[in-house]
Amino acid sequence: MAARPETLRLPRATGVSGRWFARGFTAGYLGLIVLIPIAAVIWRSADEGLSGFWDAVSNPASVATLKLTFLVSLAVVLVNVVFGTLIAWVLVRDDFRGKSFVNSLIDLPFALPTIVAGLTLLALYGPSSPIGVNVAYTRVAILLALLFVTLPFVVRSVQPVLLELDREMEEAAASLGARPFAIFRHIVLPSLSPAIISGSALGFARAIGEFGSVVLISGNIPFKTEVASVNIFNRIQSDDPTSAAAMSVVLLVISFLTLFLLDALGRWRTRHER
Amino acid sequence: MSARLALRSAALGYLLLLVGVPVVLVFYRTFEDGLAPVVDTLTDPGFLHALWLSVIITLIAVPANTVFGILAAMVLVRDRVPGKRILNVLIDLPFALSPVVVGLALVLVYSRAGWFGEWFEANGIRVIFAVPGMVLATIFVSLPFVVREVVPVLREVGQEQEEAAWTLGASSFATFWRVTLPAIRWGVTYGVVLTTARCLGEFGAVSVVSGRIEGRTETLTLHVQNSFENFDRVGAYTASVVLALLAVLTLLAMNLFRRKEPTHGDRRPAGH
Repeated sequence: MAARPETLRLPRATGVSGRWFARGFTAGYLGLIVLIPIAAVIWRSADEGLSGFWDAVSNPASVATLKLTFLVSLAVVLVNVVFGTLIAWVLVRDDFRGKSFVNSLIDLPFALPTIVAGLTLLALYGPSSPIGVNVAYTRVAILLALLFVTLPFVVRSVQPVLLELDREMEEAAASLGARPFAIFRHIVLPSLSPAIISGSALGFARAIGEFGSVVLISGNIPFKTEVASVNIFNRIQSDDPTSAAAMSVVLLVISFLTLFLLDALGRWRTRHER
Repeated sequence: MSARLALRSAALGYLLLLVGVPVVLVFYRTFEDGLAPVVDTLTDPGFLHALWLSVIITLIAVPANTVFGILAAMVLVRDRVPGKRILNVLIDLPFALSPVVVGLALVLVYSRAGWFGEWFEANGIRVIFAVPGMVLATIFVSLPFVVREVVPVLREVGQEQEEAAWTLGASSFATFWRVTLPAIRWGVTYGVVLTTARCLGEFGAVSVVSGRIEGRTETLTLHVQNSFENFDRVGAYTASVVLALLAVLTLLAMNLFRRKEPTHGDRRPAGH
């Protein structure tokens, strides 16, 4: 369809009043629900000055909890990159009975409340495990919980790209004698990598802030299995909102960085697809 | 094709160990001691109140976020406003932010010592440790879903029909109501399903602002934790199974509505 010349442009169908209503409602709602509360966190974190903020986030307990959260989330990303891509691959390229059931199963961790996810994992990998594997109150338990809740991210991000991938190149490479792994490495993977990165970045942000699925299974032992969200929760409970806010600002910065990265990646992808 | 079989086994094995077996085991454990304890839990007033409260909060949060979602999507797709990039990132923030931080943020604004705390107290309205705070927390965490589902659909359907209606003299409201809304209805429906699931399952943010008073500010997810911590194993498992069944219903609805929208791009935020 040819583009209409700019001079003949019709008035846009959302009338002036409608447009201002939509703008005003969006800004007001977002301000009230998201912006004011977030501003309150940042404001409160500076309650005891910059040195107070620094003390709250740099004392040994805070450093331990941030380090643990960051490292486990990084491990989650690595596992998701491998298994998320693998599962997406199997769901798109392989064919077997019950595939559509498996496909819906991927969304279960999204639909299942996080506290139920934690309880569920505790049933199989906790003290009363029927297979005798008890990892409760260890870092492995945290890893399991985070892998559970972040399962859909890479799979659901890679799947549509893989579906639309033109197979001619792969067939050409195969007919020229390339081995399957070489085809995957040099032809498929480069097309998938933006989707893998954006999926795992979302998963990373989710893992950094995860609370519900971790709280029952990790035992929340300071210096050992206490993740950032649980740490913030405990500070709120012990009536120390200023240091809780300071820790929250660290998580906020990570969230915003991830989102801006995803936004930039999204722009880059739309520019290169067309 | 042994490589293919190996890949398939690895993928299915991972899913089975991480999701399949644990979920089946929870169902088994719930009914292990027969039906009587399950029925006891299902008729327990604490459980019933928690279920009722979860439903009420969801019934407030979902319509609010649906209206916001449609209007925000209109602004993002049809309008030209400066700072759209910031707007985009702000709308996605609840996806990437810890729910505990959300809870803390609301406490800092609405508790007695918070920014608006005095005003609310003077007017006799309790927000924190009460239902209004729980509603606000739930709205925050489930805010992006409708926007993210409607934006791609709105982009896809284009503007020609709206412009035709407009040139034929329809008011902007009539254009929206009779042309735009019917065109995006499946996107909205899908977003509503995702929002509902997120609202029913919210735990962290609500946990911070609720104070967890049984029979008053305890939602179903909080009830699971309380039962578990009070060594009421069957109670925790039964409430979990109810939530899991709601999750399965969500999955069925997702499958149903996704088929009507074959154009869903990868912008769909899986998870959360």
